[in-house]
Amino acid sequence: MAPAERQSRNPVMNRVLPWLLVTPAILAILILLVLPLLDTISVTFIQEEGVFAGYQDFFDRRFNRGVLWRTVRIALIVTVIAVIIGFPTAYFIARAPRSWRSILIVASVFPLLTGTVVRSFAWIVILGRNGMINETLMGLGLISEPLSMLYSEGAIIVGLAYLFSPLMILSLVGVLENIDKSVVEASISLGASPTKTFWRVILPLAMPGVIVGAVLVFTGSFTSYTTPVLLGGQRNTVLATLLFREAMTEFDWASASTIAVIMMVLTISVVLIMSRIARRLNPAAA
Amino acid sequence: MQRSSPILAITAIAVFIFLLGPLVIVAAASISNTEFLAFPPQGFSLRWFVNVFEVSAFRDTFLISLQIALLGTFLSLLIGIPAAYALSRFGFTLPKVLSNFFVLPILVPQIVFGFSLLSAISVDFDLPVFPTLLIGHTIIVLPYSIRVVGASLATFDFSAEEAAISLGCPPVKAFYTVVLPNIRGGILAAFILAFITSLNNVPVSLFLTGPGISTLPIQMLTYVENFFDPTVAALSVLLMALTVLVMAVVEKTLGLGYFVR
Repeated sequence: MAPAERQSRNPVMNRVLPWLLVTPAILAILILLVLPLLDTISVTFIQEEGVFAGYQDFFDRRFNRGVLWRTVRIALIVTVIAVIIGFPTAYFIARAPRSWRSILIVASVFPLLTGTVVRSFAWIVILGRNGMINETLMGLGLISEPLSMLYSEGAIIVGLAYLFSPLMILSLVGVLENIDKSVVEASISLGASPTKTFWRVILPLAMPGVIVGAVLVFTGSFTSYTTPVLLGGQRNTVLATLLFREAMTEFDWASASTIAVIMMVLTISVVLIMSRIARRLNPAAA
Repeated sequence: MQRSSPILAITAIAVFIFLLGPLVIVAAASISNTEFLAFPPQGFSLRWFVNVFEVSAFRDTFLISLQIALLGTFLSLLIGIPAAYALSRFGFTLPKVLSNFFVLPILVPQIVFGFSLLSAISVDFDLPVFPTLLIGHTIIVLPYSIRVVGASLATFDFSAEEAAISLGCPPVKAFYTVVLPNIRGGILAAFILAFITSLNNVPVSLFLTGPGISTLPIQMLTYVENFFDPTVAALSVLLMALTVLVMAVVEKTLGLGYFVR
């Protein structure tokens, strides 16, 4: 319907009403989200030693640089794992018969609706001293002492890959379903091998979905707290656990604010850069 | 390419075992008759399920989580539905950035938001724990309310509402009797999504819990860090049962197709 047709008889009301309806939501986000964030940001620049002293101090510490690098590294590895296991699964779902497809999607959604504590806790049961893997290996006589797998960087990576791969699968199913089957068939019948068809036809067409999924998985892993706390133990500090420790154990609010701003800036930059790349790859979707 | 190759099928099956297996393992560990977490379970006992209800901290925090999730979801719908309605009906008079603005609570890392809320609201304004928690949860579920209700409104034909108004129905009554019944499904979906998101939230609650008031996920986290018995496994099973129940409600009212979209 054309906009003009929707104008009702009262022109003033027509201009005021829309704003009246969105005002509560705008005010809620402004006052309860934006202002607190601006407060946190301003704290980091109002330092006695200078405007950037807080950030200088953060990056001067070798420990902090290690934590930042560990957090980025974990998030990158988890994203790559999610693409590798998510792509074939999503392709399988997209090609499955309709009745099967909804069951498989429900099977991917169910873990997402289960809490992060429960899903991270599951890996304590699997990787722990008396957990599944140790009991199995000892039962088979392959090891005599339980392996210590929990409380390591590897455990965090497995836990996060488990947590976030459903997001990758769901992001990919949509784009893969929309790829025209005849395009794939044309590629095969013109003599391209299935491998070549995958790299040259399917993957480029699915790229927007890969990017959406990768942004969700990367930012989710980069800012996660629950999984590193439960599976990483004391030694494998990441930014989120460092933020919590500075604020609630050390009561160093200035440092905590600096970490919060670094996390926020990196997360939002990744989202903006990746959505720009996605737009360039697929201008029609923008 | 009509049929999937066996390698693809095997990979997909392996991934689904990876996705669902751990939840089955937790369920199995919850019936273990041992003082420590064990898989495969040793013996059979339901005492850890009994223990869930005997630990008063779990009972208390579950009630708080339930109140926060229900109230927060309700508040988010209260301010989210009018916003979604305005965006889809009068979208052309409102600036385009507005729909991006409403996504901010998802874009900002939740742990950062929780920390900011603690320092700005709880400390500066000396607000008690419960209202601060409620504010935090309302804000993080607000985007779900706006977007899911908005998706439902996108398929609604506003000329039905116009017809009611031009036939003399007062606009507010037209909204309640014509628009609202048509977006019931979207509101229910938004409610469920927001409710579950709030119920499971850790990073925002993390900073906002105070003496005597905590939420269930935070309490579970504290318990797992201090005890190694299967109580949390039993509690996890109960929470998964709740999730299944919720999904069954969605299936009954909106159809499984809702998840496929």
